[in-house]
Amino acid sequence: MRLNPKPDLIEHLPRLRRYARALTGDVVRADDLVQDTFERALARLDLWQPGSDLRAWLFTLMHNLFVNQLRTRRPQDTALDEALDIPVSGGQMEALTARDMHAALVRLPDEQREVILLVGLEQFSYAEAAQVLGVPIGTIMSRLARARERMRHMLAGAPAVQLKVVK
Amino acid sequence: MTDPVREDDLHAYVDGALPEARRLDVEAWLAAHPEDAARVQAWAGQNQALHAAFDGVLNEPLPIDLVRAARRRPVRAPWRAMAAALALAASGLIGYGIGLREDQPLPVPLHFARDAAIAHAVFSPEARHPVEVDAAHAAHLVNWLSKRVGTQLKAPEFGALGFELLGGRLLADESGPVAQFMYQDAGGHRVTLYVRRAVTGNRETAFRHVTENGVEVFYWIDRDFGYALSGQIAHQDMQKLADAAYRQMMGG
Repeated sequence: MRLNPKPDLIEHLPRLRRYARALTGDVVRADDLVQDTFERALARLDLWQPGSDLRAWLFTLMHNLFVNQLRTRRPQDTALDEALDIPVSGGQMEALTARDMHAALVRLPDEQREVILLVGLEQFSYAEAAQVLGVPIGTIMSRLARARERMRHMLAGAPAVQLKVVK
Repeated sequence: MTDPVREDDLHAYVDGALPEARRLDVEAWLAAHPEDAARVQAWAGQNQALHAAFDGVLNEPLPIDLVRAARRRPVRAPWRAMAAALALAASGLIGYGIGLREDQPLPVPLHFARDAAIAHAVFSPEARHPVEVDAAHAAHLVNWLSKRVGTQLKAPEFGALGFELLGGRLLADESGPVAQFMYQDAGGHRVTLYVRRAVTGNRETAFRHVTENGVEVFYWIDRDFGYALSGQIAHQDMQKLADAAYRQMMGG
């Protein structure tokens, strides 16, 4: 018997933090995003259907906030342009390090990064990821395919199509 | 005649999203197409690398601001019953994060029980990864947690009461590492035992009980260590489990 049937958002806190950390690449920005997500969720808890997937709903709110932030961010806030010419790793066969992964993620377009994280890290099904991002499953599949191939080239040290070759 | 294997099938294979029959089709395809097999292997490696890079976040101490943000609720009709609890929250008595001190520190045992209740609320509903190390590796789990917490722990046995060890995980709070053992009964109810090194200067405390946000916590401090058993099951069942844990931990 559960004594507290009300949804407790706290059980979703660790995963929202993990996703936000991977999405933004920044501890402070990530936790701010989580905080905003909870505030929005609590303000709109009436809109959540009891029995439906609370986790997917929270990730949807976070996605919307993230997209809004990107729209309002000034271009100079993104220091990624310079990073594009730096190879992530030397193309060796050793295990990928966390640093390689951070560097590769930051170089993916936001919409591809979201999909590879929702599917590969958060283990959402394709249908759930489509729901979170508000796009058709076909879009999820094409973004996932592009993200994984682009990342494969980056992590293998080989240049992706849009990237310059650096010796 | 099977459908040709498409790009989407390769991704679904990596993500474990294929029905068994289709999975076998894809495996047969990969055996004959080494370039696709290499791509699939690389993608699976990406998934593993994502977990390796970011799973640590799951066990980080929770920032108090975020714990508060998750628990703050607007007062309206369905929540009337919680008004008293909200009044407490407003006065700062609810809302501790794991491992974070309040502006005005509470007595350690109460703070400890609250951290245990939050850790229970965070991890016990987990369907996929409720524990870091499962009970199949019980000996390893106990040694691993013991080493990190700094004392020889043991996981109490609750089999006679219908609860089996599910596994455990390592957490952190302000006093250092914390071990959380998780148990589950046949009905899927879970209780957690939270063990951490107590702040020095604690005297032995008696068995105590508190309810935090619907989570019942029975806790005690013995010399250098604090123990808290948390759950959301019937009070008398909690009491039996807590008695059993207390006797076993103290008896050892």
